[in-house]
Amino acid sequence: MNPAQVSGHPGPGGAEHCYHCAQHHELQVRGVSVRYQKTEALTDISFATSCGNTVALIGPNGAGKSTLLKAIAGLVPRSGGSIQWRGAKVSQWHREFAYLPQREDVDWSFPVTVRGLVEMGRYCQLGWWRRWRELDEIQVTKALAAMHLEGLEGRQISELSGGQQQRAFIARALAQEAHVLMLDEPFNGLDRPARESLSLLLRQQAAEGRLVIASHHDLNTVAGLFDEVLILNRRAVAFGPVAGVFTEANLSLAYG
Amino acid sequence: MDDILSYPFFQRALLGALIIGFTNGCFSAYVVLKRSALVAGSLSHALLPGIAGGILVAGSLTVWSAFLGALIAALLVVLGSLAVARSSRLDQGTSLAVIFTIAFAAGLIMLKYVPVQVKLEDYLFGDILNISATDLWVAFGIGTVTLTLTTALQRPILLTLFEPSVAAAQGVPVRALNYLIMTLLVLVMISSLQAVGCILALGLVVAPGATVFLLTNSTRAMFWGGGLLGAAGAAGGMWIAHWGDFRPGAVITILLGAAFLLAFMLGPRSGFFRRS
Repeated sequence: MNPAQVSGHPGPGGAEHCYHCAQHHELQVRGVSVRYQKTEALTDISFATSCGNTVALIGPNGAGKSTLLKAIAGLVPRSGGSIQWRGAKVSQWHREFAYLPQREDVDWSFPVTVRGLVEMGRYCQLGWWRRWRELDEIQVTKALAAMHLEGLEGRQISELSGGQQQRAFIARALAQEAHVLMLDEPFNGLDRPARESLSLLLRQQAAEGRLVIASHHDLNTVAGLFDEVLILNRRAVAFGPVAGVFTEANLSLAYG
Repeated sequence: MDDILSYPFFQRALLGALIIGFTNGCFSAYVVLKRSALVAGSLSHALLPGIAGGILVAGSLTVWSAFLGALIAALLVVLGSLAVARSSRLDQGTSLAVIFTIAFAAGLIMLKYVPVQVKLEDYLFGDILNISATDLWVAFGIGTVTLTLTTALQRPILLTLFEPSVAAAQGVPVRALNYLIMTLLVLVMISSLQAVGCILALGLVVAPGATVFLLTNSTRAMFWGGGLLGAAGAAGGMWIAHWGDFRPGAVITILLGAAFLLAFMLGPRSGFFRRS
């Protein structure tokens, strides 16, 4: 076992990774529009950020926060614009992107344990047929440990608290060796301690060189949880560091 | 009672029941996880006009005429119900129910013109004791194809069943896999026609998976456990049917139903011993 592989560096057939490297990888969203049948859900969204950041997408209900996340993750088609990661089309990097669905969108009765869920993260690396290796086992165990899920591995996913469920999905993203974590309302329904521990874990992911993007609706907690913020209401109202952009003036533009 | 085992026809029937029960049982895990029991129910009824139509067109009952006829009928029923649901205020469940009943009725009428001497009852309720060597090979072939494909593709299928849109974004051909599952469902149900007939086919392809689903947190256990349960139910049903001179298809279905009720009543997440 090569220790470099375990720490997430290029393994045989694995994706290229750069955690702990000085290099910054850019996500560039340029003029993205999304159309659902006849209504335009997003119009001309542009922003750029890089790994190591935590980014909040905020805006009123129906502003298109989830839609933007899904568009970046490739879950919904764009009607215009381009999204680039590390200088290439985002669709070439799907192994580096992990999308964590909103709680209501998950089939919690599915017969899968926490460990089974995290193992699914390895399927991207393994492909359809390649044998399960010791490396996969190690990555799964590491991901579970990083999310403090030891002892819960055998639980069915509905037998977890809200915070544990979020952590289980993040663990799956870590097992996938994802570089960009995209979370749809991760703090929804969490109590204060769970919110704080999740926020700490997300900041850790950013500190390790990942890019964390989350939709978020609780304006009171934005400043404590995120570095950068994109305020949107179908169009981008403002983007930048929370300190400079998260202002009354910008919020009233979005929330009217 | 053991004497019956020495008769070749009974050996064939027992082997057939085991193969068909196992294949259907394994596959039922996917039917349950895909939440397509209702679709399976309508497909089982579409088998009748499909097979009858296949005979009318091809002139005789062959594996291919049965399969193509059933597949076309199944597609017409499912796509027809989708089209009705999308272009009216009806939901798909309602339109499916209306269309598959019409298809089944049409099948009953078509049987009158079928030149092959078949008894309606055999289509409706199965006739496993008269299973031929060819039928056995067909069941074996369908079982091999189904189990090979579903085991080989278990990772992408699992991702598709759990989170279709995420799977699609990860490059899994979700649409193709869904079509594959539906095609295999038709195949598997054709093989169970011989054992339990088209009405009870639904039980064989839903009940085992549903039963194990109540007891396990593992999709693998659901798949293989469903297979074992299906095989045990089919073989056990044949014994009891022989012993009491009942219809095998009915006994098989009742046995599987009893297993389901037992799992429901004693399982960890339902019934008497539910953990709160």
